[in-house]
Formats: sequence, C-alpha cells, structure tokens
Amino acid sequence: MNLMKYRKWAYLFSFLVILPGAISLVLFGVNPSIDFTGGTLVEIEGTNDKGKIEEIARNNNFEELTIVATDAGFSLRSKVLAEENHKVFKEELAKIEGAKEVRYETVGPSISRDITKRAFYSIILASVLIVFYLAYAFRKVPRPAKPLEFGVTAVIALFHDTIILLGVFSLLGKFFAVQVDPLFITAVLTVIGFSVHDTIIIYDRIRENLIKGKDGTFEEIVNLSILERLPRTVSTSVLVWVLLFVLYLFGGETIRLFVLALVIGIVSGTYSSIFNASPLLITWQNLKNKRRAKKGSNA
Amino acid sequence: MKKKNHFWFRLLTILFLTGLSVVIIWPGGLTLAVPKPQVNFKGDFPFIEVRADGNLFEKKVNYSFNQGLDLKGGSYLTYRVDLSKIDSGDHDDAMSSLNKVIERRINAFGLTEPVVRTAKSGDENRLIVELPGIQNTQEALDLIGKTANLEFQEFKGEEFVSTGLTGSDLKKAVVVFDPNTNEPIISIEFNDEGSKKFAEITARMVGQPLAISLDGEVVSAPTVQQEIIGGKGQITGEFTLEEANALAIQLNAGALPAPIELIEERTIGATLGAESVNKSIFAGVIGIILICLYMLVFYRFLGLFSVIGLLLYLIFMVASMKLLGVTMTMGGIAGLILSIGMSIEADVLVFERIREELRAGHTLVAASKLGFKRAWISIRDSNAVSLIICAILYTGGGMIRGFAIVLALGIVIGLMTTFFGTRTLIDMIIRRKITQKAWLYRVEEMEKSV
Repeated sequence: MNLMKYRKWAYLFSFLVILPGAISLVLFGVNPSIDFTGGTLVEIEGTNDKGKIEEIARNNNFEELTIVATDAGFSLRSKVLAEENHKVFKEELAKIEGAKEVRYETVGPSISRDITKRAFYSIILASVLIVFYLAYAFRKVPRPAKPLEFGVTAVIALFHDTIILLGVFSLLGKFFAVQVDPLFITAVLTVIGFSVHDTIIIYDRIRENLIKGKDGTFEEIVNLSILERLPRTVSTSVLVWVLLFVLYLFGGETIRLFVLALVIGIVSGTYSSIFNASPLLITWQNLKNKRRAKKGSNA
Repeated sequence: MKKKNHFWFRLLTILFLTGLSVVIIWPGGLTLAVPKPQVNFKGDFPFIEVRADGNLFEKKVNYSFNQGLDLKGGSYLTYRVDLSKIDSGDHDDAMSSLNKVIERRINAFGLTEPVVRTAKSGDENRLIVELPGIQNTQEALDLIGKTANLEFQEFKGEEFVSTGLTGSDLKKAVVVFDPNTNEPIISIEFNDEGSKKFAEITARMVGQPLAISLDGEVVSAPTVQQEIIGGKGQITGEFTLEEANALAIQLNAGALPAPIELIEERTIGATLGAESVNKSIFAGVIGIILICLYMLVFYRFLGLFSVIGLLLYLIFMVASMKLLGVTMTMGGIAGLILSIGMSIEADVLVFERIREELRAGHTLVAASKLGFKRAWISIRDSNAVSLIICAILYTGGGMIRGFAIVLALGIVIGLMTTFFGTRTLIDMIIRRKITQKAWLYRVEEMEKSV
C-alpha cells in the first residue's frame, strides 16, 4: 500500500488541524499560571457558595480576582496576596460551612522571573541538543539524500507537534480557563523527545533500506520503510497512549493536565513522523530533482 | 556445555536481584537474621539436637518511601533575606546563623523531616523552608517571619536608646499566666552576663520606665521598682496565648540576624495529595493490565516474557527508588507510568525484529540473537534522546525534577530488564523443542533450531 502517494492530503490535514490552534495562539496566546506571572492561587473545597467566597476575597484585597469552578469547589486567582490578608481570609472562610482551603500558592515576582527564565532556557537547550543529536545520528546518509534533509524535516515535524500542543492549550485557556504551568513545559519537552525518537525510528529504516540498495524510487523506498516500521510504531504509540489515557481518566487531579498534554503530544508525534517528516523528505527530493532537471535542460 | 552454564549464571543473578529487591520493597521492613546454632547431644534418637541460641548476625532492612510535599501535604516557603545592613564579609555567617535560628524555631512543630536551607539566585539571598505534614501553616508563618529582636531601652531626652541589654542575653523564656489577670506573660531569665547587666541597669534606673521593645515597637515599659539581682523578669504586653507561645519560642531560638520576607508559598492539604496518588496508582494498574493483554495477544509467546519482564521491572524500579531515596512526587508517579510504556516499547522493538528475522528464514535461536542485537541500536539512540531531556528537566526542581529522575531511572532499569532479564529467560526457553512452533510467534512458518 502506498501511503506516501497521499502525502498532499496529509499536508492538508495537518494544516487544518493546526489552524484553529494557531489562530487561537495568535489571538489569545496561552494562559500562563502564577508560576510565570506571579500572583496567588487559592483552591477551596467543600462548599458551593461562590458568592460568599467572592465577597470575602474582595474584602481582603484580592486584586484582579478571577474565580473558576473546579471539580470539588473553586479556584481563586489574584495578584500577590499579603500574608495578613490571607490570614483574615482564612478566618472568614472558616465561617462558611464545610469550606476549607486545600491548596494555597503565592509566587512573588523574583521567583516567577526565575521560573520563566528557567523554562525558556530548558526549551532552548533541549532544541539545540536535539539539533546536534540529529546532525550526529544522520551524518552518514547515502545518496541521494543529504543529512541536512533528514535533520530539517525532523525538526519541522517537531514544530508541528509543538504548535498543535500549544494551540490546544491556547483554546483550552481561552474557553476553560486552563492554565499553562511549568509542568506543561515539561510535557512539551517530553513530547519533543518522543516525537524525535519516533521520527528517528523510521528514518533509521529508510537509511538502512537506502544502504541495502533496495529497488524503487526514493518515494517507494520511504514508503516501504514506513510500512515495515508501522506495526512497531503503532504498537508502541498505542501502548504508551493507552497507559496515559487511563491515567488521564482515572488518575489524580494534580497531573491531569500534564497527562492530557502527553496524550495529545504522543498522537501528534506519531502522526507527524509518518505523515509529515517522511513525506517532506520525498517532497524535498522531488524538488531537488526538478531543479536539477531544469538546470540540465538549460545547459 | 559452556553455553548452558552461561544461562544459569544469568538466571541466578536475576533471581538474586529479584529476591534482594523484594526484601527492600517489603512494607514495614524485614529483619534478616542468621541464627547461632547450639548443638546438644542426647541419649536417645536422634542423638543430636540443634537449637537456635540467639542470633549470630542480624540486620534490619527497612526502606520507606520518601514522599514529596505534594503527596504528603505540607508547606514549601521561600523567603528573601535582607542582608543590606550587614557587612558583605559577614554575609555567609549571617545566612548560616539565620538557618540555625529558623531550624530551632520550627523544631517546636515536631515535624518528621523539616528542611531549612539557604539558596542564592543572582543577587538575591534566599531561605527555603520545607514543612512536610504541617497542619497549621499560619502558625509556622507567624513563628518564622518575625525577626524577634528584643531590646531593653531607656528614655533619654526625646527618644528611646538601647541599654545594651538584648534578647541575646536571655537564657530562657517561658510562658506563664499572670496570677492576677490570668493573662499570658513571658517570664524571662538572663544568662550570667545578662544578669549582671540587668542588675546594673535596674540599679541605675530606679523610678524610671524600662522600655521593652520587640522589633522596634515598645510592648511594655514598666517602671523599675528596685535593683534586680536574680536575673529574672517578666514581659507583659497584652499577648494572646498564640502570640505569647510564638514569642517564647522565638526568644529561645534567638533573633534573626537579618529580616526576611516571604516571596513564595506553596501549601497543599494532605488529603489532596493522598487522593491523587491512590487514583493514579489505580489508573496505573488498569493501564498495566491492558498492556499485558495487548502483548499477549500480539506477541503471544514472546508477549508472555514481556509480562514477566514487566513484573521484574516494577519490582526493580520500586526497590531502586527506595534504595536511592528518591523522593516520590506526583511527577514521579507520572514518570513511573510513562517509563513502563517506554520499557514495553523496547520489548516491542525487539519482538518485531525477531518476527522479521523468523520470516526471513532464520531459526528461532538465530532470530532471537539478531533481534536483540539489531533492535539495540534503535533503542539506544531513542533512549539517548530521552535521557538528554531528563537531564534538562532535572534542573526544573520540585515535581518536574521528580518526573525526570524517575523517568531516567526507569529508562536505565527498563534497558536492563529487557536486555538482561527478558533476554535470558527467552534464550533459555527457546532452546527447547516444545517452543519451536511458528504460531507461538505469530508467523506463518519458521525454521526449527531444535
């Protein structure tokens, strides 16, 4: 079965999937948590009285207050709350029946600056290391392909996955007040790792087949390699995915968003290795050939 | 034959490691004891009696899990330390003394593993306080945050001036109740030098008010009645009981050498953490069962080894985490579950390769060898990427670090289990005639090696 024949459809599909997320990103960006912006987060459980909670919060200097309903209660977010205000808030909260504070986080500006810097550096560092690693892994690639092509297409597949992930969380942020925190960054890095890994598995096969000198056009060889690797790629992704999906459904509140990001990322990563990275290799080859043919005919 | 011994050696190693791990994992710990034999001779059958007379050698093995704050509940506090009034040469001393004072103050809470440490970020000096399992964070905040600088002052001219007698001259401070008003007051006792100073000052100031100031604020200014020689006194100041208790602790622990300001607080209630863990473990178990089913259906006989390998993997993982004292966080649990997936993936890669080699006409034994060898290259590369990412994530701290450590450990142990554990078991079994059936491996036909 020639999958690669349908690569134009694959490009279209990718584009359509990325589009809403990308638009949302541009328009709304993501919703960063207090770890990045600084501020205070309070999670309250045991009561439904949103009005009363809001009243108490406003009385105690919760600036720029937002209240969101959660599974078991409410989540309040505001600018950094002074200790004294928090103290009184807790005392007044105790008067509401059943209400209790289950989580309280305050992040001052210098800490949030630190966290943001660290997040940036990790992403940049990871990207640089991966590029180097790709360059090393594909330094010996037989004609007609060049190492650069393998590296660049793999990176494009990575971008695809990252943008999808960011896009989804941008939409979630806009419509469900979902926040992006350092754990999300971790998920992005993990997804990047997984996506590269997945792409390399297939590229490995392509290289092996090229070296072996199998018959067929470049397109046919790439297709063959993918088909050969398909059972394995599918098996792995399905296995990891099932584990994570079960974790998402039944697992604890605190890592739910993190797991969601991984669930999306793994699907995207597998898809991009097969339907983005590999087809791009073919497209690149074809463009090269066209250019060579043109040059030849001009000579 | 040489090859056969090879296997037994490997098998024994696996069994030994497994046994060791089970001992380490055993909840509540185990005591390994070698009894001292006592041999008695008797007149009748069996003529010899051997009894245990105490133990020759005894070792208690108890490794318990180190739980992170997000699981156990508790507070994580970061303070900024203002060293501006201290000479740069004395900064280190001040930080170290600050560390000790705070430690003393929080000892009053009886927490199992509080952590107080200093840190530096750029130009900022920080103090980090971890209070796992604390019930009342507000109490801790009150206790820690206050500088508690006690000074005895006299009124000279228009302002209060220090007499030279301060909190550091105190030997002890205790909360007592005023017999008249029943209000809490602090009863203080000076050390030798302090007592001398106190006697001097009170002798000098009879009839004048002696101001007692705490962090720059005068809390009381009793008039000195007479010279006080015993070195004892009282501080009244309309304290609530909580305030008095906190103050007594602070005075006993010492004043902070420099003022501190809270810049980060993370407090999580214990139940939230416990709930999360239980749910996640439950999810993990379901996931594992599904995976095992998948492996058995798609890889049949080989899948069986994968399942055994998975069991070994879990045992080894938990044992190493306990042994290495890895702090378990929610991120760690996620990492553990993810690493299970990755470990199975290595198995899948190998099995697919073996199936390929079988279809290519190799015998089972040869296919197995080739499968493991060739799959290793792919596995090595992809795991290298993952380890790089783990290294980067390690710098993230907290939950992220927990995730990275467990994932990295999982990758390493996963490789071990697949290439040493599962492989040994497979190698041993596939040499037997009974396993030479093609359908066991989901291929149409294959060359028999036995």
